[in-house]
Amino acid sequence: MASHGIRDRVAIVGMGCTPFGEHWDKGVDELVIDSTHEALASAGVALDDIDAFWLGTMGSGISGLTLSRPLKIDYKPVSRLENMCATGSEAFRNACYAVASGAFDMVAAVGVEKLKDSGFSGLTGSAPPSDGTAASMSAPAMFSLLAPAYAHKYGVDEAEFKDVITHIAWKNHRNGALNPRAQFRKEVSKETICNSPLIAGPLGIFDCSGVSDGSAAAIIVRAEDAHRYTDHPIYVKALSFVAGPAAGPIDPDYDYTSFVEVVRCAEDAYKQAGITDPRAELAMAEVHDCFTPTELVLMEDLGFAERGTAWKEVLAGTFDLDGELPVNPDGGLKSFGHPIGASGLRMLFEAWTQLRGEAGERQIQNGKKLALTHNLGGAPGECVSFVSVVGSEPAA
Amino acid sequence: MGVEAARAALATTSAAVDEVVFVTTSPPYLDKTNATAIHAALALDQGVGAYDAIGAVRSGSGAVRHATGGSLVVFSDTRTGLPGGADEAQGGDAAAAFLYGEGDGVIAERIGFGSATGEFLDRWRTPGDSYSKQWEERFGETALVPLAEAALNAGLKSAGITLEDVDHFIVSGLHARANRAFKATAPDLTAVIGNAGVAAPAVKLADVLDVAEPGQVIARLIIADGADISLWRVTDAIKAYRRASTVQEQIASARGTLAYNTFLTWRGMLDREPPRRPDPERPAAPPSQRREEWKFGFTASRCTKCETRHLPPARVCVKCRAVDEMVPERLADVKATIATFTVDHLGFSLSPPIVAAVIDFDGGGRFRCELTDVDPTTVKIGDRVEMSFRRLFTADGVHNYFWKARPVRSSDG
Repeated sequence: MASHGIRDRVAIVGMGCTPFGEHWDKGVDELVIDSTHEALASAGVALDDIDAFWLGTMGSGISGLTLSRPLKIDYKPVSRLENMCATGSEAFRNACYAVASGAFDMVAAVGVEKLKDSGFSGLTGSAPPSDGTAASMSAPAMFSLLAPAYAHKYGVDEAEFKDVITHIAWKNHRNGALNPRAQFRKEVSKETICNSPLIAGPLGIFDCSGVSDGSAAAIIVRAEDAHRYTDHPIYVKALSFVAGPAAGPIDPDYDYTSFVEVVRCAEDAYKQAGITDPRAELAMAEVHDCFTPTELVLMEDLGFAERGTAWKEVLAGTFDLDGELPVNPDGGLKSFGHPIGASGLRMLFEAWTQLRGEAGERQIQNGKKLALTHNLGGAPGECVSFVSVVGSEPAA
Repeated sequence: MGVEAARAALATTSAAVDEVVFVTTSPPYLDKTNATAIHAALALDQGVGAYDAIGAVRSGSGAVRHATGGSLVVFSDTRTGLPGGADEAQGGDAAAAFLYGEGDGVIAERIGFGSATGEFLDRWRTPGDSYSKQWEERFGETALVPLAEAALNAGLKSAGITLEDVDHFIVSGLHARANRAFKATAPDLTAVIGNAGVAAPAVKLADVLDVAEPGQVIARLIIADGADISLWRVTDAIKAYRRASTVQEQIASARGTLAYNTFLTWRGMLDREPPRRPDPERPAAPPSQRREEWKFGFTASRCTKCETRHLPPARVCVKCRAVDEMVPERLADVKATIATFTVDHLGFSLSPPIVAAVIDFDGGGRFRCELTDVDPTTVKIGDRVEMSFRRLFTADGVHNYFWKARPVRSSDG
């Protein structure tokens, strides 16, 4: 038994992504229509050309009807998936496998979330009836558990740690300012970020990703068919997904300075893609910066920095837009916004845009041909993790 | 509070418990027995009975009168009045628990009892009201004092002693003027912790037992709708009686930082701006029953193949993956150390911010839970904590009881 991957067997030939943000004037229906038709147009195909659909949404609708009803899909298979904050990536992954299997010629993966209609701050979700013993903690509180653990383990003092997470928020806002589709399109000074009201632990409001509405979509075909639709397809090099025993909250051996699931997932993805030195080989990475300490820890889990050194690399600008390995060049969850079901596909949209040289002001020009997207759902010690590697050239 | 008091009481003895009686004027539930939650939190056998004696302050006297060997009587009360009133200022919250027994091991033996009863309106509360009403103070005093004298005399007579033979004379009741008609010699405590209703005489007796010497006589007069007196002689067993924390030590360790607006919120007398978050869901009855040993008893499981502890209890071992090789293990009395923590300003709480931590238990096992009785500005990795049974919140009229961790109180952490 092994994870074999489907390297270079499928390719993305069209993508769409709505602006993320407060879409008071649009519902789920309008958002999926916008993203799907943008993706269809970019591939130069019609809705009828799509053989099957995968819809990712955490809570904005149930069943394939959430997609087929607004789009008026003509009696095709539509799967509806949920895998917490990695939902969009999960839709993409399953859609890719369907093409790789030979079952379909052309499929669509669509992610959508409409968060702003709830009227609440942050994420909400309904859990099954329970015994009431699970700790009632907000998402920022869960992820803020990383902060004292990381700082304690690596001897980073409180003020230094705050500088590190502030740099991450500052960078992602700066990148988002260059992105017309981002929810927050202005630079924010480090002073403002650092002094923002506290939400959980050392995390201020600017350390948290944007709560927003949005949708993104991808059209996927067999790699050998890709050039029929575009001169610049993006090839899928690796798809990895990991769910673990959720050991962190019950196992004292877990130290809250890493996501074990991400480490395993990244290893698998790098093996599938043939990557040995991700920091050197990747043109860019989109990672799951739901909260700033998450991005910090991910730099180590994804192999972009040695253990215990990511905080220094962050401060040194390694992951800035003009750094050695740009991370979240589109602004990330922080600045682009985080409509749960759409985020994984939004990350791929940036990889698509950058690798095709269409990123305008924020275009990365380091000559590399591979991009990584990383998406997770859950909390430290108990999460699901997705890693993809995509590239602008098929393997030689 | 009742659970905490009962845990403290049972920690001092290995005598068997046959029944739990919960006494309070402020029961969390009507119709449903409240003592069953204490029973579950103490992980008592199902053959042990659990009963409430609730409503009147005098219920406590009845519970004492009828206690037999094996009765664990838990006196727990929250007393308050309307904002600005005397009852609010003089009310207090407290709990104390006593295990009644027979034979050589008892620390005090009952040597007498007396009672006097009358029907009159001194203090009353209409079901549903959050505060009680009182007739003119002088009227109650006039009605109560003769009855209390009658009870006192009956009690002394039944014990065959006079008041001069009493070493510790405790007087308790909600009517301060009636209380003052008797010359109590035991510390009154009301000025320090307020008048805790049914718990007040219990706490005073616990306080006396903290200092009593063998052979001394204790008389406790409880004035409520008449009066009851119980008389006790302290035995030699008191010498071996050691409490983790005396009443006076507990009073001295008070943080004393409760803000008045927080107090009013807890009492349900002040609606405050909630966070812009969904209200908590009420716990569901079937999963709460399925997991009674965990939710109420804080009973985890331990893998018999590799000794790994699991909180909550699990069927599959997280370390060795053995299936159904677990044995239950109660961790309510095991101390733990903070591995990491946070202060959550967003989550729902009656007392924001929530301080939450990941705690590692001595001897293995990890759990993520709320901290309580903690200063959010000083909590740090490595702090020592112990478990405490709490009401987390009430949703749709259902009280969510579970355990929180708090900084260890004693120096043996």
